[in-house]
Amino acid sequence: MQYLWVFLIGGLICMLGEVLIITTKITSARILVAFVLVGVLLQALNLFEPISRFAGAGINVPIIGFGASLAKGAMGAVKASGLLGAFTGGLQATAGGIAAAITFAFLFSLICKSKTK
Amino acid sequence: MKNQNVNQKYNEYVEARLPKTKAWPSLFNSFWVGGVICLLGQGINDLLLYLFPYMAMQSAWAWTLIILIFLASLLTALGVYDKIGKFAGGGSIVPITGFSNSISSPAIEFKHEGVIYGTCVKMFTIAGPVIVVGVVASVAVGIIYYIIGLF
Amino acid sequence: MQTIEFKRRPKIIGSYSIVGPKEGQGPFGSFFDYVMKNDLFGEKTYELAERKMFEQAVMGALQSAGLQPNDVDLMLAGDLLNQIISSSFTARAFNMPYLGLFGACSTMAESLATGATLVDSGHFGNVICLTGSHFSTAERQFRFPLELGNQRVPTSQWTATAAGATILSLEGKGPQVVMATFGRVIDYGVVDVNNMGAAMAPSAADTLLTHFKDTGRKPSYYDLIVTGDLGKLGAEILLDLLEDKGIKLGLNYSDCGHCYYTRGQDTMCGGSGCGVSASVLNSYIIKKMKKGEYKKVLFVPTGALMSTTASQQGESIPGVSHAIVLEMGGV
Repeated sequence: MQYLWVFLIGGLICMLGEVLIITTKITSARILVAFVLVGVLLQALNLFEPISRFAGAGINVPIIGFGASLAKGAMGAVKASGLLGAFTGGLQATAGGIAAAITFAFLFSLICKSKTK
Repeated sequence: MKNQNVNQKYNEYVEARLPKTKAWPSLFNSFWVGGVICLLGQGINDLLLYLFPYMAMQSAWAWTLIILIFLASLLTALGVYDKIGKFAGGGSIVPITGFSNSISSPAIEFKHEGVIYGTCVKMFTIAGPVIVVGVVASVAVGIIYYIIGLF
Repeated sequence: MQTIEFKRRPKIIGSYSIVGPKEGQGPFGSFFDYVMKNDLFGEKTYELAERKMFEQAVMGALQSAGLQPNDVDLMLAGDLLNQIISSSFTARAFNMPYLGLFGACSTMAESLATGATLVDSGHFGNVICLTGSHFSTAERQFRFPLELGNQRVPTSQWTATAAGATILSLEGKGPQVVMATFGRVIDYGVVDVNNMGAAMAPSAADTLLTHFKDTGRKPSYYDLIVTGDLGKLGAEILLDLLEDKGIKLGLNYSDCGHCYYTRGQDTMCGGSGCGVSASVLNSYIIKKMKKGEYKKVLFVPTGALMSTTASQQGESIPGVSHAIVLEMGGV
């Protein structure tokens, strides 16, 4: 049952991105930025957790999840270590993803060549 | 010098002439491809928790994302991800795999300009704004959260 | 008067066209002199491949005219890359006197008009006009990395991997360059970089109107009126713009970019880039003229004069186009 929710919510979020592409012709960088902001906002308003509970990967895999982790990290760290946490928490929580993306990109750039279309 | 009237009239005319494309097929494709990528994430996550029952939920999610990022990076390097993207649009841009693709693709594309000024600099042409906006927003949220906590 | 007539009628004595594999599968495929097997052309980078394409175009044109590199008095060339490196580096390789031109995709007309003027003046014997473009170099400079998974918008055009070279001289045989109409830069305020056809169409309309006014000719005077790379949408807009001014282009009108690829090649509005008009002129048009199938041709490549910096700063896209009258002599 949960898999159905994952598929539906994940698909809907992605389709929302496509709607943005079609109607406003914005580029992928802007779409990613917009969705990250949505994630930060959802977490700040404490709405992310309830959705995540039944949607699982459906909302964690879209870049919204990345935004939510940033905000969640910052809020959690503020709770634990005060104002400093606002600066350390966000990146700490998302370090894995960012470091992985950078490392794999770097490795593959050493091995592979770009291919024409 | 410029005739503002002609400009506006012409642009309205161009707007009206734009080719109409059917939105439904691309919406449908973005929906199911996006859904499948999320399902894949859920599958990896559940498998991790099954194999390592004592893994913390948080760590399982982190591993899931790292695996997805690796897969997207690999598909980008193999020249497959851009083909998926052409077909699925938002379906493969919005998931974390799209973020990975946006870092890998310029890194590979600009390797000929050298490791430093090519790969490393250009890596963030698309992902840079995402990280910047995300970090700034999260710091702002943290500060606001701190201030609210004071009262 | 923007139109000048060349009294001594410089002739096109040599021509050569070279294209990428995708272009070779298009409608003009069988007319091109050489179709590359892959876009890298045996080189390490796409920029080197573009340069090699240019060099082969020069060699081929020289061969078809029966000339040696040192017979050429001047090279007029341009391309789309920053500081027109492909052209300059090609001139370096051949050790020829060189003037670099930039007219974006209108470069073929710009070089022909300049070249014909110089040859007509009698100061230069053989002048070579050269331009081209490469999909992968243009894509990374103007748009996104090749591997990025994004979708192309329906108004976009596909930058062609193609180059063409033409040799002009007073001596020899071939189609004659009879007139040239130098175009003004026209900007109707289009800002969408994915809709170059709409940005360039007003400049093509302006140049054509000026040409017909200056010469007193009607569109029906020509066997073929061909614009450069307006694409499907741009060509439709051009027809509308001209009809507004009371000029109707008939079946003798066509656009190189619009017909450059087949429908199945998924190029949205068609081809664009310097290489489109250059390769079509130096293959299809010149070959058909030599066969006598076309006697009078009006060749009007169009260029969008934008840069990534200007576009990001919100500037609109100005267009320019020049018209060249080609006639098959002795008929």
